[in-house]
Amino acid sequence: MNLFADILGKLSFDALPQEMVTLGAGIGMTLGALGLVALITYLKRWTWLWKEWITSLDPKKIGIMYIIVATVMMLRGFADVIMMRLQQALSVGDSNGLFTADTFQQVFSAHGTIMIFFVAMGLMFGIINLIVPLQIGARDVAFPFLNSVSFWLFFAGMIIINLPMVLGEFSAAGWLAYPPLSGSQYSPGVGVDYWIWSLQLSGIGSLLSGINFIVTILKMRAPGMTLMKMPVFSWSVLISMIMVIFAFPILTATLTLLYLDRTMGMHFFTADGGGNMMMYVNLIWAWGHPEVYILVLPAFGIFSEVVATFSRKRLFGYKSMIWAMSAIAFLSFIVWLHHFFTMGAGASVNAFFGIMTMIIGIPTGVKIFNWLFTMFRGRIKFNSPMIWFMGFVFLFTLGGMTGVMLAVPGIDYQVHNSLFLVAHFHTMIISGVVFGFFAGLNYWFPKIFGFTLHEGLGKAAAWLWSCGFVLAFGPLFILGLMGATRRLDHYEDTSWQTLFIIAGVGVAIIGLGIASQLLQIFISVKRRKQNMDTTGDPWNGRTLEWSTVSPAPFYNFAIIPTVTERDQFWETKQTGSAQTAPIYTDIHMPKNTGAGVIIAGFSFLVGFGAVWHIPWLAVIGVAGAIIAIVIRLTNDETEYTIPATQVAQLELASQHKGQYK
Amino acid sequence: MTAPLDNAVTLKHTPDDKPLLGFWIYLMTDCLLFASLFATYIVLHNNTYGGPGGSELFDMPSILVETLILLTSSFTCGLAMIAVRQRSIKHTLFWIGFTFVLGVIFLFMELTEFKHLIAEGNSWHRSGFLSSFFTLVGTHGLHIAIGLLWLLVMGWKLIKQGFTINTIRRLTLFSMFWHFLDIIWIFIFTFVYLIGALQL
Amino acid sequence: MKKINSPSRHIISYSIGFLSSIILTVIAYAVVVHDVFTDFWSPAAIAIILAVLASLQLVIQLLFFLHLGDEEKPRWKLLSFIFAFIILGIVVFGSLWIMFDLNARMMMSPEDMIKYMNRQTGL
Repeated sequence: MNLFADILGKLSFDALPQEMVTLGAGIGMTLGALGLVALITYLKRWTWLWKEWITSLDPKKIGIMYIIVATVMMLRGFADVIMMRLQQALSVGDSNGLFTADTFQQVFSAHGTIMIFFVAMGLMFGIINLIVPLQIGARDVAFPFLNSVSFWLFFAGMIIINLPMVLGEFSAAGWLAYPPLSGSQYSPGVGVDYWIWSLQLSGIGSLLSGINFIVTILKMRAPGMTLMKMPVFSWSVLISMIMVIFAFPILTATLTLLYLDRTMGMHFFTADGGGNMMMYVNLIWAWGHPEVYILVLPAFGIFSEVVATFSRKRLFGYKSMIWAMSAIAFLSFIVWLHHFFTMGAGASVNAFFGIMTMIIGIPTGVKIFNWLFTMFRGRIKFNSPMIWFMGFVFLFTLGGMTGVMLAVPGIDYQVHNSLFLVAHFHTMIISGVVFGFFAGLNYWFPKIFGFTLHEGLGKAAAWLWSCGFVLAFGPLFILGLMGATRRLDHYEDTSWQTLFIIAGVGVAIIGLGIASQLLQIFISVKRRKQNMDTTGDPWNGRTLEWSTVSPAPFYNFAIIPTVTERDQFWETKQTGSAQTAPIYTDIHMPKNTGAGVIIAGFSFLVGFGAVWHIPWLAVIGVAGAIIAIVIRLTNDETEYTIPATQVAQLELASQHKGQYK
Repeated sequence: MTAPLDNAVTLKHTPDDKPLLGFWIYLMTDCLLFASLFATYIVLHNNTYGGPGGSELFDMPSILVETLILLTSSFTCGLAMIAVRQRSIKHTLFWIGFTFVLGVIFLFMELTEFKHLIAEGNSWHRSGFLSSFFTLVGTHGLHIAIGLLWLLVMGWKLIKQGFTINTIRRLTLFSMFWHFLDIIWIFIFTFVYLIGALQL
Repeated sequence: MKKINSPSRHIISYSIGFLSSIILTVIAYAVVVHDVFTDFWSPAAIAIILAVLASLQLVIQLLFFLHLGDEEKPRWKLLSFIFAFIILGIVVFGSLWIMFDLNARMMMSPEDMIKYMNRQTGL
């Protein structure tokens, strides 16, 4: 036994799932993974997978992988939602519902963590990878290899957060794991360590992505594209990435301190030993508040593109849009205390942060009015991205007003940690962030895959999500005001049950929305011949990404465009500039490399070893990662050249074929 | 359908300055990492939990020597960069070797200080103050260790390959890293050691 | 700053940075260690002096070691540094403001607590 402990740390047979629910989930996940492996082997796709996807440095492929992971994680997070809604609809009075309190705690902790870090962040980085290089007229990102490392770190974090289903347990301390509950005294198991290392790896990945896209946008814009001629989505990404690089180091530091507390016996956030647990809350929200805006700004950018395109009008107030986003970004760094008004800071502190929070509503309002004025007297086409936008504008504005309510410290004392708060931030994140990314996926799908998505099912999904959302979260606002706190696995007041059941019905409708989205993809792929985008410009778009063929070739642009106007592609179409015979030049592209996935693989070993206290594994991971980095960085031949003649052939082929796949 | 907007313009082949900016931005993120640790240290620096405080623990003369050594290594690193500009392999190797030795001495002195503290029972378990002290100073030490490893690899590459675009660029990045660590140390020296010794 | 790429200019630049850094370091050390200063000034005043000296050294090393002033337009490095510095200030001073305010209210000594409660109730 001692020998085992020396070699395997905390890992033993007891780590396998014991309870029915977790056992079922564990078996399901194992079977699913095995089935996937068997399928790939049967189809003999391993080499293809390795050569075309895993080692790929093409941001479009990396973007697609981000979105696939995020979609799978959304299904997992939604399964958690169903469990929570079932429990809260049933566990009243004498009934104890379906799950034990401990399982329920793990479920809501996993739900929050997965939805923010692996769904919202995954969709965001996916769309950024797909679109930003195309939109600024670049062939690639600034550091293609670093981009691959980022994605695979995100992937490693995703694996770690899903491991508790088969090995050990997940954190039961909520999505932000406040100490002392998350300290070693009250959470002695491996759950919180899983949480820490999953976030640590994916967070470092996000940080590296942030650096990458800032440099891409600052240094690789097409000639003539000054910052004030850059499309709004790229602007929103630039601002969001600036926030990433300043917020995520705080998360890295905070998680490290919590881990040191738990394993090295340090006293940062412990109740005794001279720790200060409120410092954790302070630090985690100094990251956490900007994080919300990191997610929502790109969604705002997407809506700006969508509204201008489908209203056939120039975006109203381009400059005020950008100033508003910059103001939001700056203000979001000085409001973090509003997440813990109730900790007992003085009136001056609470008043300052309350007022700052209310001020954020002003630039956000500017943006809402700009979108509405863009639509005003436009020839609006209500394609599915516009339906998502309409849902967003109604729900987000309402949700924003509940945010201004919560910004008043006095009100916050009443509804702190209640379901009112839960309903508020879901309004911001679902109708703001998630609707935005869905609109973006519908909008840009043809650019990446070469055919448009089924419109009817897309609209149905938007309607189902919006209506389901109102039903799912409307009752939570009311319940919150009635005194229902968040994270309840059981309550005694039977009068609450009706509202919880209505919320459950809302979730079922959202489930139908998700089903129609999956069906939409399935049907669109099946009928792709009818929906081919042969022009490269299915929506009569305004920005550069629509000027290249669909699907965009791996080098994006055979000839780098030159920019003189803000909506360059629109202007080109209006003036109808003469087509001259293109003159192609050699294109330099990065070679594929497996180093990204190898480095992330070793990082995964570090995380796994650290979770289970297996020092030798962590040491192997660190050493392996360092050696892999050194080998990669001493390799100087990382690029290859496509000669101009070959570019000409490729271009000719894609213009004649008009279809692909 | 590509819309060639102006075919006459092709991309000029300018030297690639993207890594310099990217690495600079990485250093800014590292600033924020240290800022979080500094904030934690300042919040916890009085929480000695009955244990010793800074003024009782720090051996000031040896801290001053450490500081001067790191400062000198930052200077010799700059001299190495001048040798790089002159494309003199011999001088470059000499100065980065010099920097490496100074870095090793610094790290050795820091570890010796840690060893003494732990031997006297004042390890990170003792109090919130000592936890944050070890973490802040240790994180800086970890960066120094990574820098030394980097320097070793660069020395090996220089001997093997001489000056290439890549070796020159990576030496430039290294010098930024090393100067940055020196700046961080100034703040550790001031806010941890000097103000700690004041007994505020 | 003029752009002369002669090696002597660089040596001069690094030497200025090195010497002034050493001088500032030694002054800061002397202010803390030497009785002349510690008897004369209060610890708070010395702490402010030390912070000023450290900031001076920061500026010197940024200019002479990291050559922040030599950048060509657009000055992304300078801009990103300024922005990082602002955020850093917000995070550090904001945290300290919040935490020390909290300590002042929540970690009072029993005597202070009684005085505080009496004041609040108007006794």
